[in-house]
Amino acid sequence: MKDKYIVSSAPHLHDKTTTKNVMWNVVIALSPALVFAVYYWGFRALLLTLLGAVSAVVTEALIQKLRRVPVTVSDGSAFLTGMLLSYNINAGAPWWMPIMGSVFAIAVGKQVFGGLGNNPVNPALLGRAFLLASWPSLMTSGWLKPKSGALSGIADPDAIAMNLKALSPKAFDLVTGATPLKVVQTLRDSSFVASINADAGEGIDLANRIFTNITEMDALKNLFWGNIGGCIGEVSAFALLLGAAYLLYKNIIEWRIPLFYIGTVFVLSFIFGPIKGAGFSPMLPFFHIFAGGLMLGAFFMATDYTTSPLTKNGRIIFAIGCGLLTVVIRFVGGYPEGVSYSILFMNVMTPLIDKLTMPKAFGRVKK
Amino acid sequence: MSFIKELTKGIIKENPIFVIVLGMCPTLATSTSVENALGMGMAATFVLVCSNIFISLIKNITPDKIRIPVYVVVIASFVTIVDLSMAAFIPDLHKSLGLFIPLIVVNCIILGRAEAFANKNNVLNSIADGIGMGLGFTLALSVVATIREILGNGTWLNIKVLPETYDPMLITLLAPGAFITLGFLMALMNMLKEKK
Repeated sequence: MKDKYIVSSAPHLHDKTTTKNVMWNVVIALSPALVFAVYYWGFRALLLTLLGAVSAVVTEALIQKLRRVPVTVSDGSAFLTGMLLSYNINAGAPWWMPIMGSVFAIAVGKQVFGGLGNNPVNPALLGRAFLLASWPSLMTSGWLKPKSGALSGIADPDAIAMNLKALSPKAFDLVTGATPLKVVQTLRDSSFVASINADAGEGIDLANRIFTNITEMDALKNLFWGNIGGCIGEVSAFALLLGAAYLLYKNIIEWRIPLFYIGTVFVLSFIFGPIKGAGFSPMLPFFHIFAGGLMLGAFFMATDYTTSPLTKNGRIIFAIGCGLLTVVIRFVGGYPEGVSYSILFMNVMTPLIDKLTMPKAFGRVKK
Repeated sequence: MSFIKELTKGIIKENPIFVIVLGMCPTLATSTSVENALGMGMAATFVLVCSNIFISLIKNITPDKIRIPVYVVVIASFVTIVDLSMAAFIPDLHKSLGLFIPLIVVNCIILGRAEAFANKNNVLNSIADGIGMGLGFTLALSVVATIREILGNGTWLNIKVLPETYDPMLITLLAPGAFITLGFLMALMNMLKEKK
């Protein structure tokens, strides 16, 4: 009898949305990116992702046993955290990397604070920040080359590379050995630009030529499909947009955060994106929204229910803040990519944003 | 009887770091290696015992209104002794601890014990309190440093303990690593205490 009469507070509306439902739907939405990753780098990408996801689930179950609370790993939230964390790792990373990251993400990022719904920041991103601080060289080098493409996404790499090798070995290394955002970041370093321009002799502005090559239409196509070097889940903008469309259709994520986040990056890179001396390029904003982890971050990480604001206006402030910080880190910071740190920072701001944007209760007079 | 009690309370029951949570700054900064931790712990213990004795001796003639400046002068004298002795006899350790030796002057544990204990108790008990708190500080610092040095460098007291293939977890040597290690150790202490 006791179970039949549930006393609860309002609202008494019901629908079929459950945590389990939401989490596994996000996992489904993330899978196209995995298909692309396996296509470009082989089954190693799948293996690393599974290692991350399974170790997250095992960690969560063990800690919940230890805390003597019900084990809720079937809700998929730990699996999703592990999967997202692995998506932030290079496919060429050692096998223990996703395991370490997942254990840290679940243990320190989530369970320490009391489990699902109590974490102040996105656990997967915290796991990534932990890996980046612990093993910086393993996390930022040794990128695997995608099948039939170049790391930097430059179109027709062979012809351009041979040309560069004769002109400047340094520029050759840059174009063949770095991810797109790293190339663009390096081209902002004026001493590097001066040295490669000196190699090429007066009259040829090598930096600008590389910059133009990397932001032209053919290179953008590589970026869009994911034919570049990068982390497992972030490279293919197409696959991520496919998953995002599914989530938007299912009403699992709301459009405000992704739209304002990507929009802010688009506008700001349109204004501040061109490097010194390079001409105005209409394609540049597209380069900046497709490159790096922006698509993954904006649709799948910034929209996390627990760590993003509740109010609609709050979400807009949150998203613009993320976009602003991403651009600041990319253009003037020490890292080529700033999506993860910007979301982590805005996660911490979320309670403050919620407090500032809480709507006035009906009938209440402003103080 | 009370001498033994005052001596042992600082080690676990009222551990200055894990329980009273004082002296966080040197704890976070000097626990990157066990060597540093032991050096810092010893230096602080010496200053703590000496200043406790001295402050306990002069407690009846110290004007209440200026007692804090008096403590600082007393502590600073002993810190100067430690600072110059370390520079003369163990220059390497002195160099790696750097600014944190002079900063013992404003160490919360030492000032705290002066205010909370030596100012109210006799010399014998103050010595016991100083030794106990000093050992507790050294012990806590060494435990934190053990974890951080092994994970972050693969060594313990500069002896290689993890195989060559181990890739050091650099975060443990950075500030966040110190906070996380300390947090887990405090949680462990609380868990053990609740079980009792």
